[in-house]
Amino acid sequence: MTTILYAFLIGALFLAFIRLVRGPSLPDRVIALDLIASTVVGVIGIYAVTTNQEIYLDEAMVLALIAFLGTSAFAHYIEKGRLPWRKL
Amino acid sequence: MAEIIANGLMLAGVIFIFIAALGVLRLPDLFMRMHANTKSATIGVGLIMLGAVLYFNDITVTTRALAVVFFLLITAPISSHLIARSAYFSGIPLWDHTLSDDLLGHYDLKKHTLKSFNEPIDRTKDTHNQV
Repeated sequence: MTTILYAFLIGALFLAFIRLVRGPSLPDRVIALDLIASTVVGVIGIYAVTTNQEIYLDEAMVLALIAFLGTSAFAHYIEKGRLPWRKL
Repeated sequence: MAEIIANGLMLAGVIFIFIAALGVLRLPDLFMRMHANTKSATIGVGLIMLGAVLYFNDITVTTRALAVVFFLLITAPISSHLIARSAYFSGIPLWDHTLSDDLLGHYDLKKHTLKSFNEPIDRTKDTHNQV
């Protein structure tokens, strides 16, 4: 059972990593990073259950908040910064 | 019994996350990828945390797991909206077969104001690069 859960999560991380490498624009990579953060939150939840240590759920909570901070900072700099594909 | 239900919930959660990653990899457009990411990953993590709640069956674990789900439910739409807004205004191209773009020509990128849908607009002078 544990193997199946980790197999799906590792597959999801791998697919998101392909998008992170290939992504044609910067927001694509930001979305891939956001998905990787969500997947890692899931990995931490599964790990807390399989090792029977509920203390790891704190890390999941912190990581969910940090991922939001990173994404909103990237969005701010995409909107306000000077990027090569912008027309304005 | 509770462990079987918890395992089922976590299996559903990881399948949702895997489908989200598949959508992020396969969909043709930034906005469609964002749609796959936000909804499926949020409900996947929510199901995993619900499985953890049922597995541990403890009030402190319940509080922490529900806090994780609460933060994700609040922050995922906000971050998705921010990324979509900045990507659209910085000129990320839409998919070739997109049928309608209702914001096209109605938004002034320099003054950041929205024009009414009643007044006539000039679609040829839009700054978005699809035109």
